[in-house]
Amino acid sequence: MLIEENNITRNSSIFLYSLSFFIHIIIGDDMEKRLYEKIVMNHRPKEHRLRNAITAFIVGGIVGVIGEGLLELYTYYLNVSSSDAAVFMMVTLIFLASLFTALGFFDKWVNFARCGLIVPITGFAHSMTSAAIEFKKEGYVTGLGANIFKLAGTVILYGIVSSYIFGIIRYFVLGGV
Amino acid sequence: MTNKYNNVYLNTVSTVVGPFEHEGPLSKRFDRYYKDLYMNERTFENAEVHLMQESIDILLDKLNKKSKDIDLLVAGDLQNQITASCYSALKYNIPFLGVYSACATNTEALIIASNMIDSKKIKNSIVSVSSHNMVSERQFRNPTEYGAPKPMSSTFTATGGAACYLSNQGDIKIDSSTIGTVVDMDQNDPNNMGACMAAAAAKTIYEHLKNLKREANYYDLILTGDLGKYGKEILIEYMMKEYHIDISKNYNDCGLMLYDTDTQKEIHAGGSGPVCSALVMYGDIIPKLKNKKLKKVLYVATGALFSPTLVFQKENILSIAHAISLEVK
Repeated sequence: MLIEENNITRNSSIFLYSLSFFIHIIIGDDMEKRLYEKIVMNHRPKEHRLRNAITAFIVGGIVGVIGEGLLELYTYYLNVSSSDAAVFMMVTLIFLASLFTALGFFDKWVNFARCGLIVPITGFAHSMTSAAIEFKKEGYVTGLGANIFKLAGTVILYGIVSSYIFGIIRYFVLGGV
Repeated sequence: MTNKYNNVYLNTVSTVVGPFEHEGPLSKRFDRYYKDLYMNERTFENAEVHLMQESIDILLDKLNKKSKDIDLLVAGDLQNQITASCYSALKYNIPFLGVYSACATNTEALIIASNMIDSKKIKNSIVSVSSHNMVSERQFRNPTEYGAPKPMSSTFTATGGAACYLSNQGDIKIDSSTIGTVVDMDQNDPNNMGACMAAAAAKTIYEHLKNLKREANYYDLILTGDLGKYGKEILIEYMMKEYHIDISKNYNDCGLMLYDTDTQKEIHAGGSGPVCSALVMYGDIIPKLKNKKLKKVLYVATGALFSPTLVFQKENILSIAHAISLEVK
């Protein structure tokens, strides 16, 4: 043991040298990565955020107009109450989004309109139908059943959780009204 | 690690592509194409097997050989557990090696086969790769019918199968190869693969040129696998600043040559996938080498070694690049 300790003290200068060497390597490595990160940042493509936002705004608005039109149509012609008509309207939009997904061109619309079609109920229907079509080949239980909520599950889970939280807040703020 | 070869030659090639590649600028250079992504199969996974088998079939036809004349089949693809290659290999009864380096699979396979031929362990070999856009979409991204908007820097996995025949005689010599190292540059955006892989390409090109004491202008063309539009810019700048090598004059990227990014909007930054570089190489570059329009080509395929699981677990995306140089006298 004594000999070893002696060796350690004697070799401490060597140890310090090697430490500085390793620090140099680490910092040097960092420099290389920093330079690379800078170059990557310089060559990052500019997304057309404003154009995307305007497209999404307009398309989302059109979906809203269609929904409102359907609502009026159902209350006026079918003589149902406005709350029932709202359900009918949502079912119609879900049906159309699912049908268009199955026919294979809705993904191109979503690619164009982005959040204009993802945020309304059409996006939710689209995510479920696309997963269902995709995993049907692996069987109805192990494929379709297990994966249909692959994309939509997050929306359901956090939708329920946040509605609980807002319900509690509402209870305390408005006193259960 | 760089190896020189004395008697390895790349002779015959074959390519089969899907609809998007057929619409691209190289459409007439491919042996066969499909208008439908299913290739008359039940699933996309089977379609990829079909593509690889068809490319090998066409190759054997061109060579006028039976599968029993081939000593070794080296193949790889992007599917989980490289199943497309394994299922394709079943048909031929050729001793089979399955390899994986993501999009650098083609050069890895070529290097393995070349080493075996050069050391006279085998006389000839078939190297094949495949990838399928829909299989990759599903495996690495979202369900295929889900229209998730993609950023401009994302790349588009090529659909196709490509095969080539290596032997100890022919015109196009495989001159040397460099096996790359795994590189981590703190990149973790799966929608910007060019940025992940450019560093690996730079390192491999630098090692290759250093080990063989060559200048960048020794080659008529330096070709990277699938860096795409932005990865290409990054590589040129990084090579200049880090290694002081200017490759801007004789460098191009396969991902940009396979598609026309101006008219084919769904491509975004360029093509990707192991077959992307193979299609450009076999469809465009090998014919040019054969009629001596090009004489020395350095082919650096780049691969991003990642899985969606590890990206979600906040790990960096690693990358690798293997290089192979081709020469005609």
